[in-house]
Amino acid sequence: MARRARTRQLTGAQRLIVLLVFAYLGLILVLPLGALALHALAQGPGTLLLTLTEPAARQGLLLTLFVAIICVAANGLFGVAGALVLTRHRFLGRRVLDALVDLPLAVSPVMTGLAFLLIFGRGGWLDGPLDLLGLQVTFAVPGLVLATLFVTFPFTLREVAYVLEELGTSEEQAAMTLGASPWQTFWLVTLPNIRFGLGYGIVLTLARALGEFGAVLVVGGAISGRTQTATTFIYNALEERREAAAYGMALLLAVISVALLVAIEWLKRRRERGQ
Amino acid sequence: MGIRVAGLTKHFGDFLAVDDVSLTVESGELVAFLGPSGGGKSTILRIIAGLETADAGTVAFNGQPADHLHPSARGVGFVFQHYALFRHMTVAANIAFGLRVQGASRRRQAERVAELLALMGLAGLGHRYPSQLSGGQRQRVALARALAPEPKVLLLDEPFGAVDAKVREELRHWLRKLHDEVHVTSIFVTHDQEEAFSVADQVMVIHRGRLEQAGTPDEILDHPRTEFVARFIGEANVFETRVQGGAGQVGALRIPVEGIADGTPVCLVVRFYDLKFWRDDQGCARVVRMTTLGDRVKVEAQIDGAGRIFSQFPRRSSLLHGIAPGCRIHIEVTLARAYAATK
Repeated sequence: MARRARTRQLTGAQRLIVLLVFAYLGLILVLPLGALALHALAQGPGTLLLTLTEPAARQGLLLTLFVAIICVAANGLFGVAGALVLTRHRFLGRRVLDALVDLPLAVSPVMTGLAFLLIFGRGGWLDGPLDLLGLQVTFAVPGLVLATLFVTFPFTLREVAYVLEELGTSEEQAAMTLGASPWQTFWLVTLPNIRFGLGYGIVLTLARALGEFGAVLVVGGAISGRTQTATTFIYNALEERREAAAYGMALLLAVISVALLVAIEWLKRRRERGQ
Repeated sequence: MGIRVAGLTKHFGDFLAVDDVSLTVESGELVAFLGPSGGGKSTILRIIAGLETADAGTVAFNGQPADHLHPSARGVGFVFQHYALFRHMTVAANIAFGLRVQGASRRRQAERVAELLALMGLAGLGHRYPSQLSGGQRQRVALARALAPEPKVLLLDEPFGAVDAKVREELRHWLRKLHDEVHVTSIFVTHDQEEAFSVADQVMVIHRGRLEQAGTPDEILDHPRTEFVARFIGEANVFETRVQGGAGQVGALRIPVEGIADGTPVCLVVRFYDLKFWRDDQGCARVVRMTTLGDRVKVEAQIDGAGRIFSQFPRRSSLLHGIAPGCRIHIEVTLARAYAATK
């Protein structure tokens, strides 16, 4: 309500600043995306569709979706559990844990990939045991999943923790005094109250997982038909000078991202209103 | 269900919130925990409900120790200071919650909800969300929700703290009436003495984590056991002096003291209504100011050689006869309480 009522006349200087901000955003955000879309569409819709139906492109896209869904499920589960632990309990080492959660945000995905190679790769720390089990992690799908999990871990946890903090514990306590078990309290009171924060975290996770490049390239090696994801498909296609394929895939990812952006905005508002 | 609390102690870090408190609430009683904010009243209530764990001491319901019981297993209804209604549920779903988690049938839930909505004067509001209600309505929903599963004990934490004065007054009457109908053992926390005295059967005065005194409103008003209770309850004059010849001397005013040895420093507490003023040119004090407060008049007088003393009389009282600002008066103390000074 108040959001709409606040439009008022701007002074000349304020107008100039608004104009500059828009110009800046246009230059660094809209222009590249626009160029991408134009260039992709210039290839002709027919060519685009054709390139996207080629097996390598389809496999890459499906692999990316597969990895993203696993990340959403696993980080949704551990994110909610972790957020509950961090906000509802006081224990030794809580601050350290709290700081560790943000580590993936600070570390470059390429370094993440390298670290995973050190642990799981040829001659890595866990190479022997994994070999015995017949498991291959690096240059295989498990490596992609692990690397993407690492990179996307903070989003759900942070969003849910933020909402839990805002919420306080009184509704949960009320539920307990009314005879609800801890499990019932979680399902009937806590979860409905955090649902928009959780949804927001999931969408952020999804967006990040779909767009991850550095970590999956280093860990997976972008082997066509095996570890080539949507983003590494673009990279390979460019290397091979197959422009139509590269731009077609890029456009598709851009469209998904914009759709997610709309979802993010909607969830953010719902989360802020709490209902 | 009767409640017995013995030797309850609770620290928050270095802060001693509850200091060795023992008390008994008889089955069916309506009890007020009265005292200044931060005195430990709410903490005791929360320990009884199982929402906090005591460092030491026990809580027993009908003689059965309850310390090991999860809050959900105590059969206690709790009304939170800021309602704590489930914001994503309608009023009806809020009220039905307790029965729902116990697995009561939908029909039973709906019956009980209808019953409570009517009892609480909330009929027709069942489909609303808490955010669409006024403060007083939310408070009544919170009460209805707590009562729905038929708790054996009802605990209310500053139940009327967050509503305005008029609604507060209504809710008070209403809590008393409700208790007379439902008869569930109830404890409510308040810092408002009028609220405690007008609603409760028993008042327990709690200060700095200690139980200062427990008794009926009359007992607490007429026989305050500690200096704190005497000062805190009702409006009173407080004089610090030393006992000499069986009396405390406050300037030119002599106040008889019984049972305390000569030479002891004492604190004398004299209630506004335990004083009489007579016009007397040879008197020991002079009237400084008279203020009309509705149907009462507050009289402020200057005692010769000491400080001010206050009293209150009904506006048409004969005791006010001839008394006017500037006149000299004789003061008769009909009742004074003396407490050996703690310092």
